Amino acid sequence: MKKNLRVKTGKMIDETYRISFKFNGRLYYGFKGDTLASALLANNIHLVGRSFKYHRPRGIMTAGSEEPNAIVQLHENSSRTEPNVRATEIEIYEGLEASSQNCWPSVNFDIGGINNFLSPLLPAGFYYKTFMWPASFWEKYEYFIRRSAGLGKSPTKPDPDIYEHRYIHCDVLVIGAGISGVMAAKTAAKKGLKTLLVDEKPNLGGSTIYQNSDHFKINNQNSSSWLEKEINEIKKLENLEIKTRTSVAAFHGYNFLLARENLTDHLPIEQRKGKTRHKLLKIRAKKVINATGSIERPLIFNNNDRPGILLSSAIKKYADYFGVACGEKNIFLTNNDSAYETAISLIQKGINIEAIIDNREEIDSKLVYEVEKNNIKIFKGFTVIDTSGYKRINKVSIKKLSKDGQKVVGSKINLLCDCLGISGGWTPAVHLFTQSGGKLRFREEDQVFIPNTYPLDQISIGACNGDLTLDEILKNAPASLKVFLNLKDIEYENLEILSNTNKSKRNIWLLPSDKVLGKTNSFVDYQNDATAKDIKLALREGFKSIEHVKRYTTTGMGTDQGKLGNMHALGIISETANAKMGELGTTTFRPPYTPLTFGTIVGRNVGEYFDVVRKTPIHDWHLDNNAEFENVGQWKRAWYYPQNNEDMHQAVQRESKAARESVGILDASTLGKIDIQGTDASEFLNRVYTNAWSKLAIGKCRYGLMLNEDGMVYDDGVTTRLSENHYIMTTTTGGAANVMGKLEDYLQTEWPELDVYLTSVTDHFATVSVCGPNSKKIVSEVIPDLDFSDENFPHMSFKNAKIGKINCRVMRISFTGEHSYEINVQANYGKSVWEKCMEAGKDFNITPYGTETMHLLRAEKGFIIVGQDTDATMTPIDLQMDWIVSKKKYDFIGKRSLYRSDTIREDRKQLVGLLTENPNEVLEEGAQIVADINKSPIEMLGHVTSSYYSPNLKKSIALGVVKGGKNMMGQKLIIPMEKKNINVIVADPVFLDKENKRLNA
Amino acid sequence: MFIISCPFCGEREQSEFKAGGEAHIIRPKQPTELSDDEWAEYLFMRKNIKGVQFERWNHTHGCRKWFNVVRDTSNDEIKAVYKMGEKPPTV
Repeated sequence: MKKNLRVKTGKMIDETYRISFKFNGRLYYGFKGDTLASALLANNIHLVGRSFKYHRPRGIMTAGSEEPNAIVQLHENSSRTEPNVRATEIEIYEGLEASSQNCWPSVNFDIGGINNFLSPLLPAGFYYKTFMWPASFWEKYEYFIRRSAGLGKSPTKPDPDIYEHRYIHCDVLVIGAGISGVMAAKTAAKKGLKTLLVDEKPNLGGSTIYQNSDHFKINNQNSSSWLEKEINEIKKLENLEIKTRTSVAAFHGYNFLLARENLTDHLPIEQRKGKTRHKLLKIRAKKVINATGSIERPLIFNNNDRPGILLSSAIKKYADYFGVACGEKNIFLTNNDSAYETAISLIQKGINIEAIIDNREEIDSKLVYEVEKNNIKIFKGFTVIDTSGYKRINKVSIKKLSKDGQKVVGSKINLLCDCLGISGGWTPAVHLFTQSGGKLRFREEDQVFIPNTYPLDQISIGACNGDLTLDEILKNAPASLKVFLNLKDIEYENLEILSNTNKSKRNIWLLPSDKVLGKTNSFVDYQNDATAKDIKLALREGFKSIEHVKRYTTTGMGTDQGKLGNMHALGIISETANAKMGELGTTTFRPPYTPLTFGTIVGRNVGEYFDVVRKTPIHDWHLDNNAEFENVGQWKRAWYYPQNNEDMHQAVQRESKAARESVGILDASTLGKIDIQGTDASEFLNRVYTNAWSKLAIGKCRYGLMLNEDGMVYDDGVTTRLSENHYIMTTTTGGAANVMGKLEDYLQTEWPELDVYLTSVTDHFATVSVCGPNSKKIVSEVIPDLDFSDENFPHMSFKNAKIGKINCRVMRISFTGEHSYEINVQANYGKSVWEKCMEAGKDFNITPYGTETMHLLRAEKGFIIVGQDTDATMTPIDLQMDWIVSKKKYDFIGKRSLYRSDTIREDRKQLVGLLTENPNEVLEEGAQIVADINKSPIEMLGHVTSSYYSPNLKKSIALGVVKGGKNMMGQKLIIPMEKKNINVIVADPVFLDKENKRLNA
Repeated sequence: MFIISCPFCGEREQSEFKAGGEAHIIRPKQPTELSDDEWAEYLFMRKNIKGVQFERWNHTHGCRKWFNVVRDTSNDEIKAVYKMGEKPPTV
């Protein structure tokens, strides 16, 4: 039914500014300042979505971030689509498109609604109980469960928006800009403290800003007018930064808080271009003032979830703030005075009220008297026992409560309505307080948890501290602030306050009905469809801990995290289990307080900014020459250089042949390089490597293996002695930073007496590796002044030289088994030296090769790659590298571990070569290795670590680790693959040139 | 995220640091003379206390110095910070 329920100009609505938007494909109008929820209500639309489990029709229930029901999908199918947006928070803008979730084909006719009629068959834990067995059927169930689960639809297109992270440091952070927060911010800023005030709403003032009643006065002014003046004053304060639409998501230790500042979600899409959408604020505050307010409690009774049932405070906000009537025949159900505040607002605006049903028997309250004066019927001591109306409430049935409140008595009265406001009192919003490590205490008088002890420099003031009425807030908040901010006096000390709320409340967690509990639908968690009977069932089935009941019934596990119903769940558990609320405790409130988008979390770290990219000084040459790149840690390394549409295999075969037959060239700049100096440098190397270093002559190079203290191989590389007390160590590309860290650790903490200095010089040098039988010819031409004869410059030695005016260090070392040289130059000369080598090698078919060929060449030679052929379980002995472990040295890192009972076992996995029976069959790296295929279960002996087709040996070669492999030489083993079993023979891991002839050729 | 006061640089964010496990575990001077059990005690056994714990931290994205931190693991309060080799404070 199309109707306009706009009453009088709302406080925050600009009626001169009309905005059109679409909901479920239909065009509607609202005004600037409306939320989607207020605009829908103004159009008489309550039904917004369907519930998660039973697909029951659900409407707008609140006016804030605690909303469980009215969650919508924005801009479906567009790149900006977003699921689970609360209609109560999103401000409308021209062109907004929203649609209902969790319903098909439409919110008005939803096939899933059948679940509602099946609900007696879907109790708590239904999925756990039903789909557990037979286990093999899970895959079949899962398909259907996944299809029917989930709320909105996640976007499928890239997010076009920009997100940012920003650090903020302040003296005082005030969370919440209600009356308490405004007073706090003003006080702190005026004291000269750098203050930040944040609020999730677009405007300051909380609920007091629209409290226009003669029952609430401060210094003889309406509380709203008084607060408005305060707000105008704080806007002028220089020390105060105010951020609205900013929701604090997390409150961590050390007063570190995360907040999301929403900058564009309220703008028409075309105005968002180039602007940052959300900022994640990382706030470090010296002091934190929680002024997060409170959330009104619903009441738990039969069929308490129909569209048209709202929190009484929400009805007040829609009327006072947005100028919208939620219904034309309003009824309230309450256990305290709050509903009367709403009633008075509605009376002021001429909105009809049919009746008020109050759980309380006797009430002496000025608010109640005023409502009665307006001839509104109040049913005292009554409760609602049922409601009707499928897509919108149309009737409530009420009965008198028994004295103890556990039963209903007397005869049933039916009342017609189109809107029911409910109020179960207030729950202080202590979520952030507890996240920070604060502990709560239970206040019996009005059944609320309030802040008790806390570890950080913070306080809670106002409603979140349990001061739930205006007079309590204005009495206690200034006093707390005075102490917290160390003030002599505070301006709010002598306010004249009128606050007519009567604090009495008749708290009944689960209101009785004339039906048995099993026949009722009394929702505790609206979003997840958890009812009072589910909770009682969980208790009957033996769940005791509140955390277990929560998970079993899914109470409080929706996108709203149970902001409304969690207290009632606790209350029902406490009553049923006969335990005290204070002893039960609460479930843990975890961050974020309200959901964050992924965009907010990742900020600018997307696409090319996802991670740091490290490029070698020769990178551009590789780019120009068609290299494919491989990520090695953060490095981009040339992987292979395809020519004429070669695939990787073809390119690698060509490159590796060229390196063995003539000459290849590799960019080895990414290898870690650590400059080691000091009078104890040799001793230091002795302690960190497994082999001996004291006798290494100046100008010589040596390969070293580094272990962890547990004896497992950690890193390897060649270290060169440049002079008496000066070495340069190379590490693996990926291990460079860790090796540096480890060496520094030992130097600083275990051996501070050693005179050794370490400097990471990885980025300072470019390294060009020239390898192959013709390598000497190339380097001789590039460095003509150096004597490259074997006598002067043998394998494993080093020379200083010059290329023109450029200083270079040349090492004759080899990772391929070929005669090869590494030229190290200052990084910015790297590319020119590389090009000089290419030029010199033109006549020798010099071939640039990438990491893939490098891996193949070293595998032919049986050289390991730490991290590929080893994991953190391989000792040098397991690698058959006993030769590198010094027997003479008294100690080195990891030595003692090499003869622990476990490391000397003969049946450890050991590195071996593997040759396939069919030389053309290439094994898959990672494939399992077994001996007996018929044994059940098959014993897995190890796995393949490296595998290639060698063009130089014209056969497939592989390295692998095999239990007891050392003693299996020549033995046949099996690699079982999906479609076949591959036979392999255990071989020596050195496949090529065991005699090292090529190194010296 | 903690604020850690590096003894060399002053107060910095936790993200600049790396934790290095329990402090004051001294590497044996003569490992070869230890039994398997004694070596395992040094190598593997760590306390992981709920409460006041002495830990090693490294200012990895700063001065790269190692130092000791006394931290209450139940609430992350840092009670003291001192340099390597200094006597642990009584807390």
